Amino acid sequence: MDLGLLVEWIIKSVVIMGVLLTGFAYETWLERKVVSKMQFRIGPNRAGPFGLLLPLADGIKLIFKEELTPAMADKWVFRIAPIMSMVVALITFAVIPVGPSINLFGRVIPLRLADVNIGLMYVLAVSSLGIYGIVLGGWSSNNKYALLGGMRSAAQLISYELALGLSLMGVVMLTGSLSLVDIVNAQAGNFWNWNIFLQPLGFILYGICGLAETNRAPFDLPEAEQELTAGYHTEYSGMKFALFFMAEYINMVNVSAIASTMFLGGWRAPFGFIPEWTGPIWFFIKVITFLFIYIWLRATVPRLRYDQLMNFGWKVLLPLAIANVIVTAITMALRQVYAPNAVVTVTFGSLLLMIAAVFLWRSWTSRSMRRRPPLHGTSAEGAARTA
Amino acid sequence: MSLLLFGILAVIALITAALMVTARNLVHAVLMMVANFGTVAIMYITLSAPFVAVVQVAVYAGAIMVLFLFVVMLLGEQQLSFDEPFAGQRMAAGVLGLLLAIMLLVTLFTASPAVLQTGLTAEQIGRENAQRVGELLYTQYLLPFEATSILLLIAMVGAVVLAKRRLL
Amino acid sequence: MITFPSDLNLGPIAPALVVVVTGILVMLADLFLFRAEDRHNTVWVALGGLIVAFLVTLGLWGQVSGGPITAIGGLAILDRFALFLDLILILVTAIVMLLSAEYLVEQNIEHAEFYTLILFSVSGMMLMGASADLMTLWVSFETFSIALYVLAAYARPKVESEEAGLKYFFLGAFSAGFFLYGIAMTYGATGTTRLMGIAQFIQANAATISANNMLYVGLGLILVGLGFKVALVPFHQWTPDVYEGAPTAVTAFMATATKAAGFAALLRVLFLAFPQLSGAWSTILALLAVLTMIGGNVIALSQRNIKRMLAYSSIAHAGYILIAIVAGGAQAVSAAMFYILAYALMTLGAFAVVIALNRGGAEVVNFEDYAGLIQRRPGLTHALAVFMFALTGFPPLAGFVGKWYIFDLAVRNGWAWLAVVGTLASVISAGYYLYIVVLMYMRPAPDNAPDLGGAQGTAGLAVALTLIGTVLLGIFASPIFNLAQSALLAAR
Repeated sequence: MDLGLLVEWIIKSVVIMGVLLTGFAYETWLERKVVSKMQFRIGPNRAGPFGLLLPLADGIKLIFKEELTPAMADKWVFRIAPIMSMVVALITFAVIPVGPSINLFGRVIPLRLADVNIGLMYVLAVSSLGIYGIVLGGWSSNNKYALLGGMRSAAQLISYELALGLSLMGVVMLTGSLSLVDIVNAQAGNFWNWNIFLQPLGFILYGICGLAETNRAPFDLPEAEQELTAGYHTEYSGMKFALFFMAEYINMVNVSAIASTMFLGGWRAPFGFIPEWTGPIWFFIKVITFLFIYIWLRATVPRLRYDQLMNFGWKVLLPLAIANVIVTAITMALRQVYAPNAVVTVTFGSLLLMIAAVFLWRSWTSRSMRRRPPLHGTSAEGAARTA
Repeated sequence: MSLLLFGILAVIALITAALMVTARNLVHAVLMMVANFGTVAIMYITLSAPFVAVVQVAVYAGAIMVLFLFVVMLLGEQQLSFDEPFAGQRMAAGVLGLLLAIMLLVTLFTASPAVLQTGLTAEQIGRENAQRVGELLYTQYLLPFEATSILLLIAMVGAVVLAKRRLL
Repeated sequence: MITFPSDLNLGPIAPALVVVVTGILVMLADLFLFRAEDRHNTVWVALGGLIVAFLVTLGLWGQVSGGPITAIGGLAILDRFALFLDLILILVTAIVMLLSAEYLVEQNIEHAEFYTLILFSVSGMMLMGASADLMTLWVSFETFSIALYVLAAYARPKVESEEAGLKYFFLGAFSAGFFLYGIAMTYGATGTTRLMGIAQFIQANAATISANNMLYVGLGLILVGLGFKVALVPFHQWTPDVYEGAPTAVTAFMATATKAAGFAALLRVLFLAFPQLSGAWSTILALLAVLTMIGGNVIALSQRNIKRMLAYSSIAHAGYILIAIVAGGAQAVSAAMFYILAYALMTLGAFAVVIALNRGGAEVVNFEDYAGLIQRRPGLTHALAVFMFALTGFPPLAGFVGKWYIFDLAVRNGWAWLAVVGTLASVISAGYYLYIVVLMYMRPAPDNAPDLGGAQGTAGLAVALTLIGTVLLGIFASPIFNLAQSALLAAR
């Protein structure tokens, strides 16, 4: 085996982990800052300029905090669970290209860890393993709230995984490859070549499912404070808690990075004339934009009720994702036979689907509104009962 | 190198499989099963079949998760006892299993050399693993592939029939 | 660019396709066409679909006079063997539908999904008969099995039914594992999953084939998997519990249709892929046949529940059919298929009587309930007696002719001792079949005997149909046997 290649891989792995872990720390800072601004607060401002040293302080605190293990916990699983979450979050990034190949010290170095021909499948497979950390953490704590959080999480992730995978299939069909490098290359040129314009519905579906897969608001039921104290990580403290926390934020980065790669041209600049070496910068900008939207949503949207969550996943997202795949397939077949302008057909099909989506969504919300159970003490029925 | 890797993986797979069967706590058994399937997935990668490997992980991750939920919901904290419903059951299972293992081992070691050397050609391995699988499904195995849709429809109808408390 | 198989001839799967579409139509009709109180009419949609499938099968029958036609890239095969199986399955399913129509209402489990699942299951069985590839065989195997797991548990929340479904599911999944492992081994040994391809491989490597252990192990595991489905003796343990717990209409379906499909698959695999290895498998199957006949009949003697008794009887009959396969030769397929047809009619008839005796949801399954039945339901008593005589093998009924063909074949092909064992087993079987007859005619009804009055509609029709079939098949055996024979040579 080529020793140089091995060294290259090790360096890249270290860099990816370093960037992800630092990125995680500053993501929390960003979240606090943005949410504060949206709520007319100031946010962290004590440690360092603009509170920039706060993540560091947080890290030191978590490391030195006492770690508690519940007496009746399944200790072995209790320890494994956060590690599993964290490992899964970290290895997902291995197949994501963050830039073109560059020439460094006379050596062509592609800016990605690996280009496997089944790249996207790898991402989906690995992210499906992410459930285990959460469910096992919830189960091993031997705490009812934690167990309920874990169970909810399992149901939620398994349900949304289907729509998530299907929402990406349209892009795969258009590109004809599962390799993320090929998918990025297929979107070369100016920004109107990006897949978001061919697959607008796929993009929206992926965005929603991505939120659900990372347990972020408004899909953060597994850790709903009001109902479950903190859900699956109720019993965790210190560094073990930090691992769960990190996994959640790194998963956000992963979802953002995949959304950028699949729909927004990956590291490609919006215009063809911009030199390729600026790739990592564009990639960074795109990821940050997604993260901002994440935080924005958290500050804006209230949490869904559990039955709404399930109904939405199975009755709206999944049918739409399947419809998206079917329409994409039909338009592609038509294109092969009649060869009209490809972009127009596919976009047209997608737009049709979007309209359908809006109608489905409207009918669903109006129905679920009607079915809402009466609130305690406030309904006329309640008043009648007391009378 | 690859033989060493295989050796390590094989040992891990055997150990996890043995632990899965002997674990008293069902959740531990389920976890060992995950570990075992993960190891097998890595073996597939060493055999130049990355598509099969990720399918193995993706399918079984979800499937075993459901099994896990089964265990938690149906049994809770219950530990398995070593009582046998039928006397001598475990002994009989052990002997029969051993016989099957011996038979399979003998089969593998005495299989004709022509069989063992049927490896993949470079062209078959190719870069587009998934594409080749897809092509096979739509040409050489078209009928079973399409028939699978009926199979899945049955599974869906069946699940609803069995799970729904009262049909209309 | 993918090039699809050029011979995309839907002929081999046409009957199965019609049945699948009918199943979907039944669901849609239930949803959109009928009002809630008319839902029971879905059974007529299902029967209509079966009639269409019957016509399609007849239409294809004329087309394949020249021999088998492989289609869809060699994955499926169209020959009269498959079509004959289709005809048996359509007949069985139609009778089962007639049986279920009232039974389900009385058991309070009537939903259109029942007919849908039965139809889907039958489509799997039809596809199984038309398979020319181990993968097609495997997928169709699972298709009908999964539908049957659900059907066995259909009377949920009745505990017996749930138990039956779960047991059947676990053991079925276990046997499916063996079957699949066998396919993998066979593929590893020969490099192909096409049944004819395997035969060609064996032909081409005839000199070294006896050293190819993997192939033998693969064949053995496939036999185990199919043995589970048709309930041969070491693999029969699930049968009595599942047959007893499942709703009786489902039991009738399982006992007949599954057996027909399982044996069809066995015939396909053995005669199409492994004819050259018959020396190896015929010895094993002869042993299994003896075990199955003796085991099934002896254990049946001690049963006091008619569903369990019929379960062991079905095991025993699997042994007789196995004799035909072991004996081999030109007439093996036709003898086996004829026996399957006869067996299906007799067993369906027996179950039809059990269902027709149903009173207000409670099933009449214990032997005590049959004492003195002649005074209460004379018509059904006579019918059940005929079925019992036919199952024992009394001339001139269907069972006798079927057994006669099989034993004759065995004697002519050098398996005389197997025929002797089969005859002895039939004698044993008289012990329990005729015991029921004695109970019904010669014992007085207990004082607290439940009232079994009441009319029977579609179930009575099913009894009449099977009764006529059993008698006619016995009397006019040779034309049907000749029909089967002219058709079934193609499968060899």
